[in-house]
Amino acid sequence: MSFWTRHQIFEKNSIVLIVGILAVIAIGGLVEITPLFYLKSTIEVVDGVRPYTPLELTGRNIYVREGCYLCHSQMIRPLRDEVERYGHFSLAAESMYDHPFQWGSKRTGPDLARVGAKYSDDWHVTHLTNPRAIVPQSVMPGYSFLAQTEVDPATIADHLRTSRIVGVPYTDDQIANAVADLTAQADPDNAGADAFTKRYPKAVVRNFDGKAGAPTEMDALIAYLQVLGTLVDFKLYNEKANLR
Amino acid sequence: MSQPLNSKSMTIGESGLAVFFAAAAFLCLIGAAKAVDVAFGFHAALGAAASLASVFVILNRYFDRPSLLPPQEINGRPNYNMGPIKFATVMSVFWGIAGFTVGLLIASQLAWPALNFDLPWTSFGRLRPLHTSAVIFAFGGNVLIATSFYVVQKTSRVRLAGDLAPWFVVLGYNFFILIAGTGYLLGVTQSKEYAEPEWYADLWLTIVWVTYLLVFLMTLVKRKEPHIFVANWFYLAFIVTIAVLHLGNNPAVPVSVFGSKSYIVWGGVQDAMFQWWYGHNAVGFFLTAGFLAIMYYFIPKRAERPIYSYRLSIIHFWALIFLYIWAGPHHLHYTALPDWAQTLGMTFSIMLWMPSWGGMINGLMTLSGAWDKLRTDPVLRMLVVSVAFYGMSTFEGPMMSIKVVNSLSHYTDWTIGHVHSGALGWVGFVSFGALYCMVPWLWDRKGLYSLKLVNWHFWIATIGIVLYISAMWVSGILQGLMWRAYTSLGFLEYSFIESVEAMHPFYMIRAAGGALFLIGSLIMAYNLWMTVRVGEAEVQSPVALQPAE
Amino acid sequence: MRAILTVQNFTSNFVTTFWTPIFVGIFLAIVAYALWPRNKSAFDEASKIPLREE
Repeated sequence: MSFWTRHQIFEKNSIVLIVGILAVIAIGGLVEITPLFYLKSTIEVVDGVRPYTPLELTGRNIYVREGCYLCHSQMIRPLRDEVERYGHFSLAAESMYDHPFQWGSKRTGPDLARVGAKYSDDWHVTHLTNPRAIVPQSVMPGYSFLAQTEVDPATIADHLRTSRIVGVPYTDDQIANAVADLTAQADPDNAGADAFTKRYPKAVVRNFDGKAGAPTEMDALIAYLQVLGTLVDFKLYNEKANLR
Repeated sequence: MSQPLNSKSMTIGESGLAVFFAAAAFLCLIGAAKAVDVAFGFHAALGAAASLASVFVILNRYFDRPSLLPPQEINGRPNYNMGPIKFATVMSVFWGIAGFTVGLLIASQLAWPALNFDLPWTSFGRLRPLHTSAVIFAFGGNVLIATSFYVVQKTSRVRLAGDLAPWFVVLGYNFFILIAGTGYLLGVTQSKEYAEPEWYADLWLTIVWVTYLLVFLMTLVKRKEPHIFVANWFYLAFIVTIAVLHLGNNPAVPVSVFGSKSYIVWGGVQDAMFQWWYGHNAVGFFLTAGFLAIMYYFIPKRAERPIYSYRLSIIHFWALIFLYIWAGPHHLHYTALPDWAQTLGMTFSIMLWMPSWGGMINGLMTLSGAWDKLRTDPVLRMLVVSVAFYGMSTFEGPMMSIKVVNSLSHYTDWTIGHVHSGALGWVGFVSFGALYCMVPWLWDRKGLYSLKLVNWHFWIATIGIVLYISAMWVSGILQGLMWRAYTSLGFLEYSFIESVEAMHPFYMIRAAGGALFLIGSLIMAYNLWMTVRVGEAEVQSPVALQPAE
Repeated sequence: MRAILTVQNFTSNFVTTFWTPIFVGIFLAIVAYALWPRNKSAFDEASKIPLREE
């Protein structure tokens, strides 16, 4: 029996074939993925990136639920036109607490990685309700139903707790006060607003949807949009220290 | 009772599955009762209903069946198990039409946004995953399950392994589709493209998929043919790799075991890398390896000639599965993914061109010496043109993975066009060709109801594809150029919305192309339906009917 | 643990340094296998499997 006829075990033995397939497909995956977990250079060292507030996280989940990522990227590439159009190119550190990531793959609408603080809350309310009221050529769907749906605060602490399990560094304090913080962020007159701002540096407290009463999904989504790209101060960011 | 009781007993599979579904029904009822959100309650109720129905069907089947299970062979010939294949075939046609229809709707929404109706469950963001999942996993998945069960039996010359297991695979898989699809409409999604279903749907799919692997593998193990035919290699690579990808991309922690929402274990850049390792290999192993298996069986079968080079197919197989798995990072060029990973992804994507074209040549050259059959047999023509589209998109793909090209093409409609030249031209046509072959074989008909209608389907769909992809090429490249255009004074020339406005005519053309493709598939559905009902309608004199080319 | 890390380091260093020759070698082995004259008849036989049924 020659070496080559021995080699026919691949075609004659289904188990060997399966092992061969597994071995071949394992190589690429292992070499490309595992280093991302241990190479320190994968994620830059920056100041300012913090976990999302309860309201922002709720808004982010609405962003996911409505499939916004299918038309809007959150990943500015280091190309001249993108940096001029959208701002500093995106850092890996800026999405390190994103489970799941929302980098997107298509720009039917513009990139949103730095949309935070670019437009007023009013603008967002009008635009989300009826995009063509502000931008006549827009092809975006309207989301008027968000303003009519109140956020259910009951499970928000569970969301923070689950996020902590997968690696987002929420503190016990933040989890214990999740429900209070959710309401406080959308209501500047709330007694808990100061305590909330201490727990989440740089978080803004505003009545995002402009309506009195309990926070709506519109409040939550706008709170999320307004924080996008605002956490890292690029005047202080050390580009050279993070060259890869 | 005339029958003595001890002459018939339940198989382990029957009693085990009945108990499994009874337990599942119980768990689903608890889930429905304690659900924290509407979607989860609805899905749990669906699960309970389906489980109870399964228990009923299993028991009913047991009481109705003779005491012996169907024999492995009848008169020395294998007693092939075609029931589950017929079911998956019918479902693939149904889901195909559903998926193309939703595709037409969302294409129209981009041209006329009023069609979103500003309702949650009709907006583009929820319908787009419905479209992609319906065409890839529901249509494509059912075609793959049907053909793989067919091919593995025929080329192994044995009956499919398992008694209830093949039924469990096809029914369980379609139940997964139902859960996934209704979930999207209700806003249940992980937002990982082509892996949107939430944790409980993922768990269910894992059970179904492992059963699928076991049925396929056990059929191979008991085969009568010493050699494992190459199509089965591709099917096996598809099944095994999809299992690995599914497990790698989807680990998540549910917020509540009675709720639909979960948080994925991976975050940020690592999540991005896992996602596109999954995403690109869903293309590589689901939409490529699986359908190449179809090519390797159905083209030789239909052309009545062996594959051009069996030796090339072996090289093709190993090179393709080895190279594909590396290509994922080309979806993340210029992003915050480290450069070394992007470079690896680009290098392997370019190399991938070679095995892809090796496979294409192998498929096309099978016709060498019999090219005249393309004129007389529209089914074979469909199969062969699908391979040509495969060649085209596997040239375009490596080109788009080159970083400088990608800097223009990424985020634009060019990507959409590329995907559809592969999806409509390659996956669609090779699937239609396989269905046209398989339906007469499965239902014991001499031929298709009408080859003329196949011809109509072919031409209408081809024009549709050409309209679709050329519209997307133009719009994609235009978009990319407008975004990076500068005035002579060094300012960006166009605002973003000007690029949106410029897309409008192309979005209308694209929708028209999609409509033609859908019409073609309706013609196919009618033709297949009539084939099952009445069989061959006309005395085929195909040569006289065909236009000269 | 240290021993595992050393083995892992060695393997990953070896693969990252010599990956080109390794893969070229594997590829050539597959090509040689597929084109080896003695295997020709077996492959020709295998290619007829779909046409031989029933």
